[in-house]
Amino acid sequence: MIDLLLIALYIFVLAVFVGFETITKVPPLLHTPLMSGTNAISGITLVGALISAGAGHSTLSTLLGTLAVIIATINVVGGFLVTDRMLEMFKKKKKES
Amino acid sequence: MKTIIVLAYLLSSVLFILGLKNLSSPKTARRGNLFAMIAMLIAIIATLIKNEIVDFTFIITGLIIGSTIGVIIARKVSMTAMPQMVALFNGLGGGASAFVALAEYYRLTGGLKPHIIISMIISIFVGAVTLTGSLVAFGKLQGIIKSAPIVFKAQRFLNILIFTLFLIAGVLLITNPANNAYLLAILAIAMILGILLVIPIGGADMPVVISLLNSCSGLAAAATGFVLSNNILIICGALVGASGMILTRIMCKAMNRSVSNIIFGAVGTISKDIKKDDKQKVIAYTEEDASMMLENAQTVIIIPGYGLAVAQAQFALQELVKTLINNGINVRYAIHPVAGRMPGHMNVLLAEANVSYDLLFDLGDINNDFQNTDVALVVGANDVVNPSARADKDSPLFGMPILNADQAKSVIICKRSLSPGFSGVDNELFYNKKTMMIFGDAKDSINELIKLLKT
Repeated sequence: MIDLLLIALYIFVLAVFVGFETITKVPPLLHTPLMSGTNAISGITLVGALISAGAGHSTLSTLLGTLAVIIATINVVGGFLVTDRMLEMFKKKKKES
Repeated sequence: MKTIIVLAYLLSSVLFILGLKNLSSPKTARRGNLFAMIAMLIAIIATLIKNEIVDFTFIITGLIIGSTIGVIIARKVSMTAMPQMVALFNGLGGGASAFVALAEYYRLTGGLKPHIIISMIISIFVGAVTLTGSLVAFGKLQGIIKSAPIVFKAQRFLNILIFTLFLIAGVLLITNPANNAYLLAILAIAMILGILLVIPIGGADMPVVISLLNSCSGLAAAATGFVLSNNILIICGALVGASGMILTRIMCKAMNRSVSNIIFGAVGTISKDIKKDDKQKVIAYTEEDASMMLENAQTVIIIPGYGLAVAQAQFALQELVKTLINNGINVRYAIHPVAGRMPGHMNVLLAEANVSYDLLFDLGDINNDFQNTDVALVVGANDVVNPSARADKDSPLFGMPILNADQAKSVIICKRSLSPGFSGVDNELFYNKKTMMIFGDAKDSINELIKLLKT
């Protein structure tokens, strides 16, 4: 069990570094889409919510899980769509100029 | 089956990282977002084929309700309302992570390993603080709650007290995991703390707060990943956490303040006594004066601020820029990192108005050009052009990197009133001899300018 935890810690720390490296390169121009995009990515917690809502444990677990599914889905769907809407505006200009 | 799921998660993680990598250029950014969407879809499908899931009714109901609301919000929200939308979504992400950890607690009751309990505490605490903190930020940006800092006596003491209570409840829960009263106490404490931490923060500090909450929503997801031993949650949470931290750091640098100073400082509350004695006269000019000045200019730099968003004047402004360019004038935009209410706020507004991004320049790239510029046109910005940030050691703005609008040959400022910006500091640029103040709604003023320039 403790091994599992240690591996998880490794993954976490390395992923933080990957995040730093990739995101430092994002220009200020795209900071709002970056934020709403990462926002949608943080909705990954939906994966956990699905299990809580569908594993059929206690009523309370299912209820909390379902609530989490709803709000995480709003986060994911809304976040990605609105980011796409913004990026589409940024892209259009390239063709014009 | 298990191998397939794990490999699917790996593929999904790679796509998430590639997606973020593609966000580094406007040319590839949309593809990057698409990668992230596909990654999310893969993760969801891989989860749904897990044999742990026995009942799909609640899952499907939740997905349908959530998607419908998500689509409606994403379609309806206006670009000027983007900061509050992002604030709201940050809160939802954090809240969802907290709820999942809570559900997991009730599923596993008893026999919880200490490291799982600790992960749960972190997830619930960070998630719940993010939830209520974001809701307050949303309320402030939407104008439901007044955006000025709300401060009261012993605020800091209260926060420390509440945080201590959290630590006590946390230790009690670790030593006695079966008692859910401690867990609920932690949830309640975190929700209260989230509210208390954000209410004293003023509107113009919102870029920092939103970035910080963005980071927290990621960290809450990562903590939930530790609870569930789920690597995709840990990876995504870490990526988002890192992204939010970078943005927070950039925003803080752009204001020359530290995170703790912003959270605990409540700038603008102690109204710095504006030297009343030497209250200079400001001469209000008309659009006609300004249009003549613009007609004779060869180079113009436009400095947009939050006022542009409030007046929804981005389309009018672009129309003005087009008119100026047609008259053979060199026009560029100078974007301060903290202009607006969230990182990149001005860029999105101007992109909406079809401004080519080659016309948008960051502070560092354009600041030396002001001295060779005929007109600096300030639209709804204030503190980011306040020269006292450079010279006046007593100013709360001192040290903040500003756009050197005052070095242009002349300055036109479109503003509602003389009221100071978030810092509560008077702006000496308003009283400068080369400054033309045009009072009124930015959109009306700009439209008037366009009319005059076209005739």
